[in-house]
Amino acid sequence: MMPLLEIDDLHVTYRGSRGAIPAVRGLSFSLEPGETLGLAGESGCGKSTVAAAVLRLLPAGTEVTGRIMLDGDDVLTMTFGKLRAVRWAGASIVFQGAMHSLNPVHRIGQQIAEPIILHEKLSHEAAEKRAVELMAQVGLPTWRARSYPHQLSGGQRQRVMIAMALACSPKLIIADEATTALDVMIQAQVLKLIKTLVAERDIGLVMISHDLSVLADTCRRLGVMYAGKLVEHGPSHEVFAAARHPYAQALSAAFPTVGDPAERRNPHGLAGDPPDPADLPTGCPFHPRCPVVMAECDSTTVELRPARPDWQAACLRVEDNSAPTSTTAMALGET
Amino acid sequence: MSGDGLNERSGRGEERAPSAEKAKAGARPINPSGDGLNERSGDRPTLKSGRAIAWARRRAALADFVRLYSKQRAGVAGLLVLIVITAATVFAPFYTDESELRAVNAPGGRLESPNSTFWFGTDEVGRSILLQVIWGARVSLQIGIVAAVLAVGLGTLIGMTAAHFGGWPSWLLMRLTDWFIVLPNLVLAIALVVALGASRFTIIVAIALTSWAATARLVRAQTMAIEGRPYLERAKALGAGHWHQMSRHVLPNLMPLILAAATLQVSSAILAEAALSFLGLGDPSQISWGTLLERAFHAGAISYGAWWYMLPPGLAILFVVLAFTLCGRAMETVLNPRLRGSR
Amino acid sequence: MAIDPTARVPAAPTGAAGTSGNHDTPPGVGRPGSGSRREFLRFLGVKVSGAAVSLVLVLFSAFFIFRMIGGDPVRAIGGDAPMTPEQRAEIEERLGLNEPMTVQFWEYVRSLFTLDWGTSYVNNQQVTTLMWDRLPNTLLLTGTALVLAAGLGIWIGARAGWRPGSFFEKSQVGISLALWSAPTFWLGMIVIIVFSVQLGLFPVNGMRSGRGVADGFWPQFLDVSHHLVLPALTMAAVIYAQYVLIMRSSILEERGNDYLTVAKAKGLRDDVIRRRHAVPNALLPTVTLIALQFGAIFNGALLTETIFSWPGLGLLFYQAIRVPDIPLLQLLFVFFAGTTILANLFADIIYRFLDPRVRGTS
Repeated sequence: MMPLLEIDDLHVTYRGSRGAIPAVRGLSFSLEPGETLGLAGESGCGKSTVAAAVLRLLPAGTEVTGRIMLDGDDVLTMTFGKLRAVRWAGASIVFQGAMHSLNPVHRIGQQIAEPIILHEKLSHEAAEKRAVELMAQVGLPTWRARSYPHQLSGGQRQRVMIAMALACSPKLIIADEATTALDVMIQAQVLKLIKTLVAERDIGLVMISHDLSVLADTCRRLGVMYAGKLVEHGPSHEVFAAARHPYAQALSAAFPTVGDPAERRNPHGLAGDPPDPADLPTGCPFHPRCPVVMAECDSTTVELRPARPDWQAACLRVEDNSAPTSTTAMALGET
Repeated sequence: MSGDGLNERSGRGEERAPSAEKAKAGARPINPSGDGLNERSGDRPTLKSGRAIAWARRRAALADFVRLYSKQRAGVAGLLVLIVITAATVFAPFYTDESELRAVNAPGGRLESPNSTFWFGTDEVGRSILLQVIWGARVSLQIGIVAAVLAVGLGTLIGMTAAHFGGWPSWLLMRLTDWFIVLPNLVLAIALVVALGASRFTIIVAIALTSWAATARLVRAQTMAIEGRPYLERAKALGAGHWHQMSRHVLPNLMPLILAAATLQVSSAILAEAALSFLGLGDPSQISWGTLLERAFHAGAISYGAWWYMLPPGLAILFVVLAFTLCGRAMETVLNPRLRGSR
Repeated sequence: MAIDPTARVPAAPTGAAGTSGNHDTPPGVGRPGSGSRREFLRFLGVKVSGAAVSLVLVLFSAFFIFRMIGGDPVRAIGGDAPMTPEQRAEIEERLGLNEPMTVQFWEYVRSLFTLDWGTSYVNNQQVTTLMWDRLPNTLLLTGTALVLAAGLGIWIGARAGWRPGSFFEKSQVGISLALWSAPTFWLGMIVIIVFSVQLGLFPVNGMRSGRGVADGFWPQFLDVSHHLVLPALTMAAVIYAQYVLIMRSSILEERGNDYLTVAKAKGLRDDVIRRRHAVPNALLPTVTLIALQFGAIFNGALLTETIFSWPGLGLLFYQAIRVPDIPLLQLLFVFFAGTTILANLFADIIYRFLDPRVRGTS
């Protein structure tokens, strides 16, 4: 079966006044229809760039190489006409539902109906009717169709974004920090909603977040990005529970297990700041912050290597079929 | 009209592409006064070094300003034009004969078209147009600059007062400001000049009185922002008086903004002077670009087809106003990259 | 310029829309209703009373400014001819100049209510009559110029702001700055000399040819239109420049917003995104700024009408300055200032209806 989304050696370089800034540096993964993948990482690791690249939404002048195959078509080389047809109908994005993702002067119903009118050539009335149905499906009161974005709460706006993403029944939905701005209760509701909808309709989902626990809960597979690259990629629960890459370990350790007294005595965190994309360290880009750094880390480029058949990590310490090293876990605890 | 009220948007996505615009905005914010240190200078043994540090900071900020300004091509072009025109005006007595401005000494014939003697032709009594444009620059620039300085000074005073003291005086001042912003300022200026009698002084006063309001609004907003900063709170807690707070902390921080506002104000003031003079409210004993155009209009230059009588003074106004505008916009952009030329 | 029509429809009661689905009404985000109406009335009250205070200020300043007149109004009427003291006293009596200031002031206040603004020094006509006679001509000129400038300026400005750094943007900003820097009256003179004197395409000045034009609507209409072209274009030029610059920066402000990325992701064409999403948002701040600029329109009218001898209020004002004809100047000053204040009030209220964020709730 043809993968729904296949990204192969993707490089994205922004052109700024300070010169070229590589945001994504050789990213590859694929997603089968109906499959769910989580992409995690700190701010600036390039994960949102990936979302924008899939629909070619990056600012003009950005250099993109590699291949993005969406349902068998190469997004990077297709014509503008074809691209516009693929946008939203083939794959849609659930943007962060903050105030600014919705047009403040258009009514909610109108904004949901807009892509339906565009892609399915429905009349305004029919499209607005569909929009109202979609709103009901995401649990929004239907009279809200006539409201403006500022009249909605944060959770409601996020539901609008989800309804909008579903509007043209795409095969792929990319959720870019879809729940980040919400408080915990609403976040759980929205996550549940996404999970149910995706499962019901057999939609492929790429979910982007800095919150590993959210991803582990929603997605079957999990990828952890660092400095524009995947550093770990595997089944989500196992990666979350026992990551191989020290960075992924730190990331999952940042979410304490509730009720574990040891966690409270040793809160986890990662020293240092994410690297400057314009000036990346040599070798493994994580080595300056790595708690278990070795002598060769600053000179050896390390690619993803299999830890298990379905599990890869980009760390020199990872050896085929090896269990997660307890020494690294302990060393992490000390920092 | 400096995009106030337009800049309230924020909260962008975390990984938004570093487009050229944003990268520029990210360039280090300038605080040309380099304040924040010198509030210590009053009662500390390190008085001298504290000042020295403040001055060093100001020098560094100035260097920063110059560096960023020099990247604004339009601003540099405007500055060059201004330097050339100022030089031509200041040195006018050395390469021209002022006495030829008087009608009795007119060297040429009536309304001569441009020729080798009179590059821009002559007026209805035979005076060189070029000579009059050069000497007219003195009056136009002088009135423009003095009026702009007065207007911005008044606006700064009123804006700072309104921001600092609050309460009903502030409310009153801001209502007055709004009133002046809204009114057709040329109509008001005409009324004032008619009432006070036409002279260079009254024109300056009329222009200043009718154009301070926008600056006042800008300064008020900025002052309130500065007064919210922690070091000023500290100065206040240490018992700094109103005058000390204003002169030592607020004003130095406002200075760059005021300078940019004043530069832009010169543009409007020169245009206002030209309009008043054209309407016959100029000082009759002086030659300015506006009075030149007035004479051209009434001497029938239009029906005569004497384009050389109208083109040079008008172009002079256009170039100078444009140059001041470009400089002011460049300064605004350097000081506040988010503004990015809001006019 | 296409503006999404629904973006400017005033708030409609939404009760009828809630026919299906669950009716949750979260606190603070209730439907527009009586609460927002009260809110609106309060807003209206504040704005109207503010405008009223401004108007009163205008009326007072009109009195005091024109009482400061340094010249001698009696001379203005009598001309340079020698005058006996009796004649002089007679004129002063007629103008009420012999009264003390307080009495003059009460006379002035009374005249505001009786709408008797006195007679012109020049031709003994009621100044109000003079004004109403000329008003339609000014409305024709400024209206035409305003429509031209706003339509074209907003359109060009939006396109320029949409592509910052492009040749189009740079050239349009350059043109606008140059137009803004040119004195209106000088522009008019150049336009006359080129198109009327040299090319002979348009009449030099005035509003009608007078004789030689057949009676009837169409010949008269064409004659006036022919006269209107140059002054309207001259006046529009400067306003146009301002609108281009304002609209360009409004669009620039909108450009970074995420909802435009969403629109792009939806597959909309670039020009549709601009027209349907960016422009309606950018128009909102533009309305406010344009309203603040409204007074400048009278500045332009004054100078344009003078140059083209267009028989409107601006020309009337100019002629009154030359005398100076105090009652007429006073009335026109109040008219110009008052109209500007009312226009701003109107813009404030319109804005309330245009922007859904300030309309209705909150």
